[in-house]
Amino acid sequence: MAKVLMKGNEALGEAAIRAGCRYFFGYPITPQNEIPQYLAKHLPEVGGVFVQAESEIAAINMVYGAAGAGARVMTSSSGPGISLKQEGISYIAAAELPCVIVNMQRGGPGLGGIQPAQSDYFQAVKGGGHGDYKLLVLAPASVQEMANLMEKAFNLADEYRNPVMILGDGILGQMMEAVEFKEEKKTSQMEKPWATTGAKGRKPNLINSLFLDPLELEKHNMHLQRKYDRMAKEVLWENYKTDDAELVLVGYGSSARIAKAVVDQARAQGIKVGLFRPISLFPFPKNALQEACKYAHNVLTVEMSLGQLVEDVRYNLEFKVPVHLYGRVGGMVPTTRAVLEEVKRWVNGDQGVETHENCL
Amino acid sequence: MLQEIILAGFGGQGVMSMGQLLAYAGLVEEKHVSWIPSYGPEMRGGTANCSVTISDEEVSSPIITEPDTLIVLNRPSLEKFEQDVKPGGRLLINSSMIDIPSQRQDLKVLKISASELAQEKLGNTRVSNMIILGAFIELTRAVTLESVIGALKKVLPEYRHNLIPLNRQALEIGVMLAKESI
Repeated sequence: MAKVLMKGNEALGEAAIRAGCRYFFGYPITPQNEIPQYLAKHLPEVGGVFVQAESEIAAINMVYGAAGAGARVMTSSSGPGISLKQEGISYIAAAELPCVIVNMQRGGPGLGGIQPAQSDYFQAVKGGGHGDYKLLVLAPASVQEMANLMEKAFNLADEYRNPVMILGDGILGQMMEAVEFKEEKKTSQMEKPWATTGAKGRKPNLINSLFLDPLELEKHNMHLQRKYDRMAKEVLWENYKTDDAELVLVGYGSSARIAKAVVDQARAQGIKVGLFRPISLFPFPKNALQEACKYAHNVLTVEMSLGQLVEDVRYNLEFKVPVHLYGRVGGMVPTTRAVLEEVKRWVNGDQGVETHENCL
Repeated sequence: MLQEIILAGFGGQGVMSMGQLLAYAGLVEEKHVSWIPSYGPEMRGGTANCSVTISDEEVSSPIITEPDTLIVLNRPSLEKFEQDVKPGGRLLINSSMIDIPSQRQDLKVLKISASELAQEKLGNTRVSNMIILGAFIELTRAVTLESVIGALKKVLPEYRHNLIPLNRQALEIGVMLAKESI
């Protein structure tokens, strides 16, 4: 298929259909509305089901039901809507059901705003709802990558019987770029012998997250943790000119695009800067990050939050390299000029006092 | 070639479509393109803008803070964005709607009374944006006229394809104006 120009949100919708997703349950919120809009139009054409639920809470529990029945199912939302879904996400993770959840992040906290942000990072990678659980979290940085990661997300969800989150932001959802969908190949979906599909001729399957016996619940938790440990091999990342970098920028999604431009501008001025872009945020590509920062005297995260990714970067570098933050929030987007100035400040050793005021 | 453009005006003047046409035309020419709209509570009569990047190489950041070219269809847009244009950059002004001069001395400015021209020559003010777009492509050669026409076929639904000749005429008026201005 030839390249077409599509919004990130639309590309996600198209990619979901191509990945075999046939069920969408959601509730509208900016800046992700083009996802349900696209799927409302196109899911029925392939025999799929689109339901605009009465609330985010209803929507995520419809996802729980469909996933339990073995369907390829997804939902999407943004900030406040994702917060509303957290109880259901915790249930789905506990019951070990596959589904895909998209969060096109917007400014928070609270009702916040509708402009792009990355301040739901902790919520996405640390669980989000109650209990010890993890989502696989993928962070695309272009419209093409959104399309590419969608099928991967559904496959990972099936393989690990775990919810997968696509963590985008308002820029990625709203912008148009060229995207090419690979010719459809019949991808065989995994068998789901655990699904509640009617127990004719077999023992009933039970989908549940209630374990009143503490010993049983501890066992279940240990089982989940071992699964999350196994996910470590699913790491994805991109290195850009990090080989000889004295300062490594770290960012994901839209921020990584800005950081990439900064790398080019800095290199043009003779400053050895590189970019490390985690694509999987959980599991976090720890070894690759350490390798990318091998010669770095400084690491600077570029994020649309006041310090979330930066904590994981410090932790995964085991505090061996100084890691600094450049963040803008509330829907404000870092400019290449400001990030470049911050890069120069650290490279020139003019460290001054690190406060959040440096960001502005 | 890297051309970063911000297009801004009132909602309904066609700035989003101009941007999409440019991006599509770039795609037709197998260039790397991106288009980002301002999004939010915009409506007809409110202000709207979009950023378009057309490049021979992969677009690193699609977010434009210092455009090579600024195209403004109304006065608030000129006042909001003119200070951001790259030194020595280009400014296209719809003088039908903007009665103040630019504050910048270093820009290559072209003023086009697009609404009057569209009314006078084509009897339809709705294609005034296309006159300005025609001037832009002649001045920058970011994409060709034919690619924009090709893009129109993709952007307009089939039942609107009867409007393509009118749009072509408007684009050509813009091209002529730009040639005369050099």
